[in-house]
Amino acid sequence: MILVISVCKEKLHELEFVKPIIDIVKNCKIVHYSNLKKSDLENAEKVIICGTSLKDNEFLKHLDKFSWLKTFDKPVLGICAGMQIIGLVFGGKLMKKKEIGYFKENLKGFFGLNEVEVYHLHGNYVEFTKEFKVYNKGIPQAISYGNIYGVLFHPEVRQKDLIKNFIKN
Amino acid sequence: MKLGVLFSGGKDSSYAAYLASQNNELVCLITIHSKNLYSYMFHTPSISKTKLQAEVMNLPLIEVNTKGEKEIELNDLKDAIIDAKKKYKIEGIVTGAVESVYQASRIQKICDDLGLEVFNPLWQKNQIELLNDLIKNKFEVIIVAVAAEGFDTSWLGRKIDVNMIEELVKLNKKYGINPAFEGGEAESFVLNCPLFKKKLKVVNKRIIDDRIEVELE
Repeated sequence: MILVISVCKEKLHELEFVKPIIDIVKNCKIVHYSNLKKSDLENAEKVIICGTSLKDNEFLKHLDKFSWLKTFDKPVLGICAGMQIIGLVFGGKLMKKKEIGYFKENLKGFFGLNEVEVYHLHGNYVEFTKEFKVYNKGIPQAISYGNIYGVLFHPEVRQKDLIKNFIKN
Repeated sequence: MKLGVLFSGGKDSSYAAYLASQNNELVCLITIHSKNLYSYMFHTPSISKTKLQAEVMNLPLIEVNTKGEKEIELNDLKDAIIDAKKKYKIEGIVTGAVESVYQASRIQKICDDLGLEVFNPLWQKNQIELLNDLIKNKFEVIIVAVAAEGFDTSWLGRKIDVNMIEELVKLNKKYGINPAFEGGEAESFVLNCPLFKKKLKVVNKRIIDDRIEVELE
């Protein structure tokens, strides 16, 4: 079972930032981080932490709800806010940078992606600690550490296969 | 949250408004009248009828005219949203964007400048699921313009129903058209939906080229 974690403050935003992920993953359990139980993580084969809106930074006040990431040994994919959460839990630094729309990035083989046009919708990013591999030049757009992965862009818009490959591999 | 809806009168902005109304307060509709029939930003057919839709929704309507020049039309949209913020204290904007990053990212930037939230509740939604949701939620929607191979004037004035969805699936396979008209293949107009206090009735219709002009009451 794939566990999809919502970080949206507003329920309405889940249609925009969580449902597109569910439509790709199909069979999954959806839970908001504020209601996450130990059993949800125990029963999950893999976890996806979704993004949220540009103005929604509520999750930054509740990073303690994600401390499980430090000891979790199953694959995790963080998308946008999800990636920022991963970085911050592991001691990274939150930085400001607003990017909206299509941008060209070279992800140097991250999940098979090289030069791609990705959809950005973020006001922040994270400077990751040294144990993380950053795949691109410039601000981190794709990272990994063991079986933890993160992307700052929204693959549910133009790189749906990235999510499919994360589930398959 | 108090929300304003970017409203064209078609199925997408109406259904987005309906979804937003479940947990939020809709306080106004915003309609942009573009003189450019081929605007990337704004749908044009039947948009002059949004006034009637706003009346049956008991919502104030902010209307702004634009020449529809690429990028410049965004200033007109921004002015309309500023007006909505001043008059109705909106905290966010709802759009019916499904796939257009062009539209969505420009609206995101405008709202970000104005300190407003953006809600795109149909974002990336499967086209057939969207059409079926309209029927399930008792949306009465007619086709008011056609602009793609596979569509002829016999489609004008037809209601979106289960049979039409089946036809659209076939057209999608044959011509690759987007079944929910996201590529501008056709334009729709909502006659009734759960947000309407009263159903709109077509009392007269006139086909002009690939569009239909409807008189409503």
